[in-house]
Amino acid sequence: MAVSETVAATPPAATPTPPAPSRRRRGRNAAYWLYLLPGAVLFLLVIGAPLVGTLYLSLTKWSGIGDPRWVGLDNYQQLLQDDVFWASFRNTVWMLVAMVVVPTVLGLLLAAVLFDVIGRRFKPRTAAALRAAFYLPQVLPVVVAGIVWGWILRPDGAFNSLLDAVGLGALRHDWLGDPGTALPAVMAVMIWVQIGYPVVVFMAALQRVDPELYEAAEVDGANWLHRFRAITLPQIRPETFVVALTCTIAALKVFGPIFALTRGGPDNATNVPSYFAYYTFFKKLQVGYGSAISMVLTLIIVVVAGIFIWMQARSERRDRGF
Amino acid sequence: MAVTLTPSAAPVPPARPVRDRHHRGVSRWVVLALLTLGALVMLVPFAFMLLNAFKSPGDYSSGGPLSWPTEFYTKGLRTYWTTVNFPLKFGNSAVIAGSVAVLGVAVSLLNAYALGIGRVRGRLWIVGLFLLANMLPQEALIYPLYYVAKQVGLYNTQLSVIIIFTVIQSAFGTYLLASVMGTFPRSLLEAAALDGAGKWTVLWRVVFPNLRPTLAVLLIFFFIWTWNEFLIPLVMLIDNQTQTIPVALASLQGDRLMDAPTTNAGALISLVPAILFFLIFQRTLARGITAGAEK
Repeated sequence: MAVSETVAATPPAATPTPPAPSRRRRGRNAAYWLYLLPGAVLFLLVIGAPLVGTLYLSLTKWSGIGDPRWVGLDNYQQLLQDDVFWASFRNTVWMLVAMVVVPTVLGLLLAAVLFDVIGRRFKPRTAAALRAAFYLPQVLPVVVAGIVWGWILRPDGAFNSLLDAVGLGALRHDWLGDPGTALPAVMAVMIWVQIGYPVVVFMAALQRVDPELYEAAEVDGANWLHRFRAITLPQIRPETFVVALTCTIAALKVFGPIFALTRGGPDNATNVPSYFAYYTFFKKLQVGYGSAISMVLTLIIVVVAGIFIWMQARSERRDRGF
Repeated sequence: MAVTLTPSAAPVPPARPVRDRHHRGVSRWVVLALLTLGALVMLVPFAFMLLNAFKSPGDYSSGGPLSWPTEFYTKGLRTYWTTVNFPLKFGNSAVIAGSVAVLGVAVSLLNAYALGIGRVRGRLWIVGLFLLANMLPQEALIYPLYYVAKQVGLYNTQLSVIIIFTVIQSAFGTYLLASVMGTFPRSLLEAAALDGAGKWTVLWRVVFPNLRPTLAVLLIFFFIWTWNEFLIPLVMLIDNQTQTIPVALASLQGDRLMDAPTTNAGALISLVPAILFFLIFQRTLARGITAGAEK
């Protein structure tokens, strides 16, 4: 998925391209700018301008009515002393665990086992059915998932009834209402929501791995774990990068499930930056402060994405070097 | 997904017959049992949903969430259907997601044509910019969008949401398609150019047919992603006439009308279109992903 110019880089493409693009060629390419025009205009209107607008608003105090009042960096200074702000970013770290680390690791294992063991030693339908079961939560609108889980985890909800039914009634709890258990409960829901995505992507990735590689390894007496480490992991590294990156961005931006499950509560135990920003914008009507929160979140996402893409490019270069 | 690591296609001996060592061993049954257990755990919430969607409130309060319904009660379903005006919400969601899917793919295709095949100058930076745009938190855009939409009369219209998501989704589409088109066989393009085909003709007659599987996947992704979007529709669409399914369901949360059976019935109905869509397009998806991976 990398922005690649692999065509030029792979040796088999031995068509001798003329060196140094001629002037004619450059002129020809210039006409392609026209195709970029509609996209560029829309992009500036819907993303460029609003982003600059938010940056400006983050330097003001404004309730949404009248004129914004310029305050310089006040909002950012205030953020640094805001406990809710720090709490929301602390919770984001936990969201990264629940939405990136656990799903990617578990997804790798599940996909490898589904592909390598179930797919090859049972009927293909079996693997497809299991994959569908893991993927199903991904189909559910995430807010709907939040609403259903909110009900399941209620004091009189299905989860507590289930505990009663299996004789663990002593563990009954207000899972989302207690600041001590709300975050772990939300994390569990997010793992449930997220897991299907890596499973499906990794299984698709495994299909393009040459089966001969596995066969040869098996002949050499490599056991499953060996094959997983020596073949599966390196072969699907590009997809692993993509999954880790998209899940990380999703975790940093998570909003819908929090809105539906806890609205950041109880007592900010599950608040996250994006819900905090939304609440500040539209409930507290502090547009400047909300903009500052959004800009900090934007900065973090840009930096994280930059690091990912840099790592991906480096690993690709290394591959080519070998 | 477009990166192809052709594992040094060394000359391989013709495929060996499958040895039936594959079909021995107890361990594979243990693995199957464990995975099935995991899959069942994943499905439990859906079972809860199904079990409680057809229960009367009285039944629910006496038997609790786990009891088998004593009667097949559909009033919860009907209450939800009429209070929410589900057909209208469904139509809203379909119009928004459908328009965004089509427009988003069209814009992505045009952008990617210039970047991946036209190779305009600075394309890496432009692609990077698009990718970044797709990653931005929507909070960083929402207030100015909301404010301007109010000024120009687009607030509380589906058009506003369609325009916004067309851009956000096509930012991702541009990134993906540009990298796919970067590996497009030059010989095909040159042959078409020799035949005197202009750029527009090449796009529609050569590039478009070849990329159809990838475009189909993109279309489906855009549709599902937009269908499930929440923050921007929540802010932009405020009344019953315009809201989408997730927003309508969320705004009823905690409402007196939404007792447990109605909540579950509502969730169940919201799930149906998504599942239908998933089943219809599952094949296309599987094909397209592999097609994309094989470039």
